[in-house]
Parts: sequence; structure tokens; C-alpha cells
Amino acid sequence: MALIEYRDALNQAFAEEMERDPNVVLMGEEVAEYDGAYKVTRGLWQRFGSKRVMDTPISEAGFIGMGIGASMLGIRPVMELMFWSFAAVAWDQIINNAAQVRYMSGGLINCPIVIRGPANGGTNVGATHSHNHENFLANIPGLKVVCPATAYDAKGLMKSAIRDNDPVMFMENTLLYGEKGEVPEEEYLIPLGKADVKREGTDISLIAHGRAALTALKAAELLAAEHNINAEVVDLRSIRPLDEEAILASVRKTHRAVYIEENKPFCGVGAQIASMLQEKAFDDLDAPVLRISSMDAPAIYSPELEKKQLPRPLDIVEKVLSIC
Amino acid sequence: MASAAKAKQLDFAKTPINSKLSAQQKVRLLTEMVRIRRFETESLRQYQAKKMGGFLHLYNGQESVAVGCVSLMGDDDHVITAYRDHGHALAVGMTMNECMAELFGKVTGCSKGKGGSMHFFAPDKNYWGGHGIVAGQTPLGLGLAFALKYKGVKGAAMCFMGDGAVNQGCFYESLNMAALFDIPVIYIIENNGYSMGTSLARSSSFKSCLAERAEGFNIAWGQCNGTDIYEVRANVQTAIERAHNESKPTVLEIATYRYYGHSVADAKHTGGYRQKEEIENYKQNHDPIQIFKRRLLEEGTLTEEQYEQLDEAAKAEAATAAQFADESPIPSEESITQDVYFEVDRQTEAGRTGKHFFNS
Ligand SMILES: Cc1ncc(C[n+]2csc(CCOP(=O)(O)OP(=O)(O)O)c2C)c(N)n1
Ligand SMILES: [Mg+2]
Repeated sequence: MALIEYRDALNQAFAEEMERDPNVVLMGEEVAEYDGAYKVTRGLWQRFGSKRVMDTPISEAGFIGMGIGASMLGIRPVMELMFWSFAAVAWDQIINNAAQVRYMSGGLINCPIVIRGPANGGTNVGATHSHNHENFLANIPGLKVVCPATAYDAKGLMKSAIRDNDPVMFMENTLLYGEKGEVPEEEYLIPLGKADVKREGTDISLIAHGRAALTALKAAELLAAEHNINAEVVDLRSIRPLDEEAILASVRKTHRAVYIEENKPFCGVGAQIASMLQEKAFDDLDAPVLRISSMDAPAIYSPELEKKQLPRPLDIVEKVLSIC
Repeated sequence: MASAAKAKQLDFAKTPINSKLSAQQKVRLLTEMVRIRRFETESLRQYQAKKMGGFLHLYNGQESVAVGCVSLMGDDDHVITAYRDHGHALAVGMTMNECMAELFGKVTGCSKGKGGSMHFFAPDKNYWGGHGIVAGQTPLGLGLAFALKYKGVKGAAMCFMGDGAVNQGCFYESLNMAALFDIPVIYIIENNGYSMGTSLARSSSFKSCLAERAEGFNIAWGQCNGTDIYEVRANVQTAIERAHNESKPTVLEIATYRYYGHSVADAKHTGGYRQKEEIENYKQNHDPIQIFKRRLLEEGTLTEEQYEQLDEAAKAEAATAAQFADESPIPSEESITQDVYFEVDRQTEAGRTGKHFFNS
């Protein structure tokens, strides 16, 4: 195992998949000669050249649409959005073209594209740059949505996303790019639709995705150390497809659940999970399913306050104590 | 002398791509245009008989554009268009049966009843739709052409769009990238003078024509009249050669006209935003089918009797298609959740992992 940064785990996934399949192309703003706005693609342009790693103009609708059109003819583009927030500019291409073309053609056309980039708040860049779209996008049949929290997950999921024949929306996090994690030397893939129990526990299930899964882990340590509560942490890793079985198995064991995410509360991913749990695990529950999201307001700039807008370990501890 | 030269130059029958046409090929061009018109007329009748839902955007009057362009396609040339897509579909060789059945929402439709009038597709015929969002297909056309270039194939993607579509931002993003990356895409603006009820003058600011906007991107552009299918072919051929030989884009604006309203729901089109005389003038003096038919009659390639025959055959084909569509079954309820994910449809390992649908 090597200890590497989340960004380098992604970088390895790109390099390995580009070696394997000549149809894999990286495109986006600053991904080639500048090495990527967050250096996720560093070195790849030198290694693979301008045909495989392409800088695009600042035209999200145009280049995302170009990638979708190319994927219809069998190219496998991996498109970087400098921020997932900018997907708003390419929304039509993602929602109306990538997601619908297979269906509307009666299955004649498919769209093996990966659209990726950071989707997170917490970096004091204000509301326009801090959106989380995973709940919006998971609402669209035809799209897949993946949100890895660790270097290991990022690499394994990215390799699967690139090989997947459907459009995959891959959400990274600028706060995690520099985080190090153990990544095996040998090749591995992580399937989409498989959750990961990141901490085993017996008293409550903390279910989360993206960076919130790491926040949940910190909360679980506090709960164990200070409150004698043994929490299980289930990281969904992918939102759609969803590993419903893993969630149910955990809740059937612990009988309590809190969902934690950095999305906003209204129709957040946690709303879907809470609804599912009351429907499928009602008799197993000893308490209502609670949810923690980002505070329901646009992302505030003020650095001290923004920290409070996102879920923190103590917010989770407090919620857990209300039902344990 | 100069004007004689100009008159000669304007006889598009003499351009090589047209002068080499055999009698049979010429009759074929006419037949394809007539088939589109008969198909559209039949679909209107079926719409009025309440056999279909939604919108119906008819192509009557514009046939020379789709037929002229598609007649030049080689094996590696591709087509993508907007929602007024029936003409292009028939021109690439899709059958009237599958097209009519799609309008009826039947399982025998080209998209199994999942796309409808605006969303016809036939990738096996290099036909990539059928797109309902105005100009949404313009980056896709760029992407198709990008893929051809990436694969090292000598081909072009013809991306059709309306005169209203030129005002969408993604079109300009696409033009910039087409020029920047030398992508063999051909944007064909079918300028029928109106976007819904808005005339060209009320929707677009331009100097000499819409295609001239390409000048700012350093893209070759042209403008021609769609009345004469030979003129369409001559201009498009130049663009195809540019795409094939230089891997360069073109923007070509073709003047044309639609006889019906924007869609069947647009009842106000006569006497509302345009006058009856204007429509009559086009039908009498600029109809691409009548003009080409007259040419073929005059040069002795076609007899009036042969024309009647091919017209009758097209009419019968359309009527048979309507019957086929009518008698076809509607899609099964299970099919609502099929063709959403490739991996699920194929039941691959990825498709069997995790929950993809959330119907309880
Ligand atoms: C993004 C978007 N805005 C508006 C519409 C509604 N709409 C459909 S067609 C149309 C007019 C387009 O006219 P034009 O591009 O000239 O094509 P034509 O109908 O003449 O073929 C409008 C406004 C749409 N489908 N998509
Ligand atoms: Mg128009």
C-alpha cells in the first residue's frame, strides 16, 4: 500500500484507464498544459499528449455537449468541471442530452461519459462556487452519481465510472484533494452501487456520503470516547445506484439512524433514505430517522461562519444524543 | 459578358456534383422529396384524427434541404437535427412505418414509442436525432465530428438547426471550438424565416445574413437558396469537401420556407404573423418539388405519368404506414423503465449492483 493524496489517486485512475483504452480522453478547462486547476490531472498532458488531454475554452455547455456527442460515437470522455457549481451552465446538455438520449432512442444510443470535478462548500468561495448537486442529479433517471470520500474510493470508483457505459456524475471535493489515504499498488476497482461500512458499531447508524462520511467518523470517535455510544458509519459512496441493502442491514442491527450530508435539507439525499427506512425498516426502528444537512441558506462567504454552515462532528453528536 | 458568366455560374445543374447525376439518381431525389411531403401530409391527417399526442412540426416546403444534404453523405458522414426531424429521418433511409409508429407512440416506432415526433434516431444510418431543445444539438454535432476526427475517419457531421436556434449561446461556444480544434462539423441553418411566430427580423440582428456571424470565428460560411435542390447540393458539397480534406467547419445558411404553422398547434400562422399571399407565393413560385419536377420534365428525364406514379406510390406508402402504426401494439408497461441504463438493460455486473430505480 502507498499513502497518496486523493488527487493522485484520481490521477492514477486516469492514467491506468487511458493506457488500457485509447478511446478515453480527458477534457476541461486548464486540465492539460496547466496540469488542472487542482492538479488532479498533473503530468497527464506530458505523458499522453494533446490528443488525449485537451484544454477547452470556458464554455461548459459547449464542451460538455461536445463530450456527450463524442460519447455517442464511442469515445469515452472524462470531462472536468472546474467546479460542479458550473454545471448550471451546462445543465441542458447534462439533463436533456446525456440523461435522455438512451431512453428517447429506445436504447439505440448510449452515452459512456464521466463528468467530474469538485462539488463542495467550506472553502470560502461564496455561494456561486459552493453548490452540491448530487440530489438534483440523482433525481434524473439515466444518470449515475458517485461521491467518494477517500483516496482509495476515489481511484476504484473512477476506474469503474470510466468503464461504465452510462453517464456518471462524479463528485469530488476540494477539501479532500490533499487528504492522504492508503491505495494498493495492484489494480482494483470499486463497483458503483456498493456502500462501505467505514466503522462497525452496534448502537446507531451514521449514514453519509462524500466528505460528510469523514465527519461522521470523527463524530463516532467522540461518541465512543465521551458517551459510550458505539456508532456504525456507512458511507454510501454512490448515490445512484444506491446500496439500499447495506443501509437496511446496518439499521436492522442498530435500530437507529442519522443521515449526514453537505447538501441542503430540502429533498436532500437524506430525505430519500429516511423515506426508504420508514417504509422498509419501520419495525426495526427504535427512534425517528434524523437528518443533518448544511444550514438551509446560500453558502455564506464569511470564513468563520461558513464552518458552522456545514455539518460538524459536534452537530452529529448532539443529534445522536437526542435519540440515544 | 459578366452577367452571362454569372448566369452560367448560377446554373447549379452544371456543377460537377449535379452534372454527374444519372437520370435514375435525379428521379430518386425527386421521389425522396415527394415521400417526405406525403408522409407529413398523412401525419397531419392522423394528428387531426387524434392518433397521436404532443407536438407535430411539419417539414412541408423544406424538403430540398434534407434530401439535398443527405444525398451527399458517404459512409462516414453523419446527421443530427432539431425537432423538425421527419424529413431528415426519411432521407437517411428510415422507413415510413417506423416513423409513423413512433408518432403514434407504438412499440414498433423507431424509438419504441419513447421519443415521439421530436426524437427520432437511427444510429445505424448515421442519424443521431431528433432534439427537442432549441440548439441543444449544436454541441452534440460538434462532438460527433470530434469523434470522427479522433478516430482518424474522413467524415463530417452535418448539424441542422433553425434560424431561431442561432441565438442560443451553446451554438457560439460550439463555433469557437469547431474553429479552434479544426473539427469537421457543418452547421446548416435552415432559415425558414420564422421561429414559431417570430419573424427573422424580429428575432435576430445581423449584417448580411445569419451565417455571416461565423466570420468572427474565422469559419468559412455561405448562404444559398433552398428552392433548387441542385443549389443546395452544390453548396453542401463544398462544405463536405472542406470537412473531409481540411478537417474544417462550415456554417451554411439555406433559405427555405415552411408551409404549415410552427407546429400543428400553431393555427394563427396564416393571417397572424404571416400573410396568406406570402405562403401562396412560396407554394406557387418556390416550391422545391414543383421546381425540380419541372426541370426533370423539361429535360426529358421524367414524364408526367411517371411523376403521377411516384406520387401515388408515396401516398400509398404513407397510408400503409398509418395503417401499420394504427395496428401496432402500444409498448408494455414494463418498458417504461427499460432503456434508461445500458448496464441495467444488459444485466451486466454493474447493472446488477445497487438500486437503479426508486419505484417502491
Ligand atoms: C431552449 C428552448 N427554448 C424554447 C423552445 C420552444 N421552441 C420550440 S421550437 C421554437 C422556435 C425555433 O425556431 P427555429 O429555430 O427557426 O426552427 P424552426 O421551427 O423554424 O424549424 C421554440 C421557441 C425550445 N424547444 N427549446
Ligand atoms: Mg425557423
